[in-house]
Amino acid sequence: MKIPTNFLHNKGNIAPMIALAIALIALPFALALVGTAWVRITNFAVLFVLLSLGLNIVVGFAGLLDLGYIAFFAVGAYTYGLLASPHLGVHLPFWIILPIGALVACIAGAVLGAPTLKLRGDYLAIVTLGFGEIVRIFMNNMAAPINITNGPKGIAQIDSFQIGPIDFGKVDTLGGLIVSGPIKYYYFLMLALMVVVIINGRLKDSRIGRAWVAIREDEVAAKATGINTRNIKLLAFAMGASFGGLSGGMFAAIQGFVSPESFILNESIMVLAMVVMGGMGNIWGVIAGAVLLSFVPEILRYTVEPVQMAIFGKMWIDPEVLRMLIFGLALVLTMRFRPAGIWPESRHRREMTAAAK
Amino acid sequence: MTQTMTTANEVLLDASGIGKKFGGVQALKDVSLTIRRGEIYGLIGPNGAGKTTFFNVLTGLYQRDGGEISFAGAPLTLESPHTVAAAGIARTFQNIRLFGNMTALENVMVGRHLRTRAGVFGAMLRTKTERAEEAAIRRRAEELLHYVGVAEHANSLAREMCYGDQRRLEIARALATEPKLLALDEPAAGMNATETAALRTLIEGLRGDGLTVLLIEHDVKLVMGLCDRVAVLDYGQKICEDVPSVVRANPKVIEAYIGTANE
Repeated sequence: MKIPTNFLHNKGNIAPMIALAIALIALPFALALVGTAWVRITNFAVLFVLLSLGLNIVVGFAGLLDLGYIAFFAVGAYTYGLLASPHLGVHLPFWIILPIGALVACIAGAVLGAPTLKLRGDYLAIVTLGFGEIVRIFMNNMAAPINITNGPKGIAQIDSFQIGPIDFGKVDTLGGLIVSGPIKYYYFLMLALMVVVIINGRLKDSRIGRAWVAIREDEVAAKATGINTRNIKLLAFAMGASFGGLSGGMFAAIQGFVSPESFILNESIMVLAMVVMGGMGNIWGVIAGAVLLSFVPEILRYTVEPVQMAIFGKMWIDPEVLRMLIFGLALVLTMRFRPAGIWPESRHRREMTAAAK
Repeated sequence: MTQTMTTANEVLLDASGIGKKFGGVQALKDVSLTIRRGEIYGLIGPNGAGKTTFFNVLTGLYQRDGGEISFAGAPLTLESPHTVAAAGIARTFQNIRLFGNMTALENVMVGRHLRTRAGVFGAMLRTKTERAEEAAIRRRAEELLHYVGVAEHANSLAREMCYGDQRRLEIARALATEPKLLALDEPAAGMNATETAALRTLIEGLRGDGLTVLLIEHDVKLVMGLCDRVAVLDYGQKICEDVPSVVRANPKVIEAYIGTANE
């Protein structure tokens, strides 16, 4: 019997995969020629891909709308900041802190999940939204009486990654090639991304992944079929949150600084938009959505002004305003013409086209 | 089916004094019935008699207000639907509830969830145990699709299958949980004569393989022809429980269905 497989399992036709791998390896050096800023932008894009893949477990697989997802990113980032900075005087190596951050976020995910188990849809969205804000406000106010998070000032001078003699915060030269810090992080992020993509794919095609989708499809039927929906939903929250925590740790190291204002509601909505616009449930769609939504605003940032100058000879509209206008319009148009996302999961696409008929 | 034929008259399910109230409406009042191992037990009654309510109480979707249920010799504490499923009662729904955007095969594979163990770490690492279990799940699911006769639609989305096949698929998913008792809520509803006949063959086959079946049905002809024993509910109370020929002649049953002359 022919079983549908996703192309993670596809053994044949590896030529395009090799070409893609080479392109991804060469990418940071090409970007560095344009400007190191673009390597940084790319790194943040990869971080957002990681975040989106984590949220995809909760929203895409299990169908639980989460508007406070950035809280887990914050938990991971603060865990890293606290354990690798002069703030508390602790300097643990990154390979110890990243798993700790993921674990702390995982626990936070279960804590958020527990009170929401009986909620669905809009109600769940409101509670998770509240949770996201609580975490941010918590970070903002935990400076007194005991200074834990340093309040709105945030935690600075966070250690960069260090693998043996390689310091991710410094520039190295490798046989004439200048390897800057962001380039090193880029490779680390790519490695992390590969692992996360594989884990996501495997989870999706597993007993647990099927249980998640079953809950999304029909919770009552899932229960009657013997699925302990309470535990399986908590597991979705916890798994999604761990990926958020992991990305948060990397974010803290790359940035060297964390403060509550990086974790506002807007960021949660952005990650959700990446998942929905890319194609809920489909790993490749989510990646595409995250890459697009990370790069388009940045590309617009660098093009809006020169284009206006070239056409009109002067600035008509403030670049920042126009940028968000175009971005918003692009979002609306995408959802209008591709309601299931740019690259939907096959089952979602079928569902959407059926609804349109 | 793994069960073998057991001696008749052995009680599989014993429900006594089941009551359920919705606000001021007494949907079930002191309902007692016993289902014997290996039989097809029919539950009939006019619309609103409480058949589906009884079903939902039995399978843990509703909490009962009173009464005891013992199943396979142990008391059934109706904590939640999944513990009932674990105890060995599987059900289908009156208005088919499949996982519409999953394939037929995946639907049945979800049914294996209860009897398999792989967790998150097994799945992430693709351990040998996990892979072996996955293969077994898939194999069993394929067998069950074959058993109910929808194997050719294994890779179709459940929601795109035709009505009769969806009913069969729902039965396959229920069978995947290895039930001792299969509870079917109006399986013939909306079926044409050919589909009903095929369904009857399927249910008889299930009994032949040693499964006990609880059947709620509107199609009186099907119930009378298929069931070993039948209980009749009316206004939330059991008015009769016996073999079909006796039930059919019971004046209370006739009254419930047709009404009295001076009404």
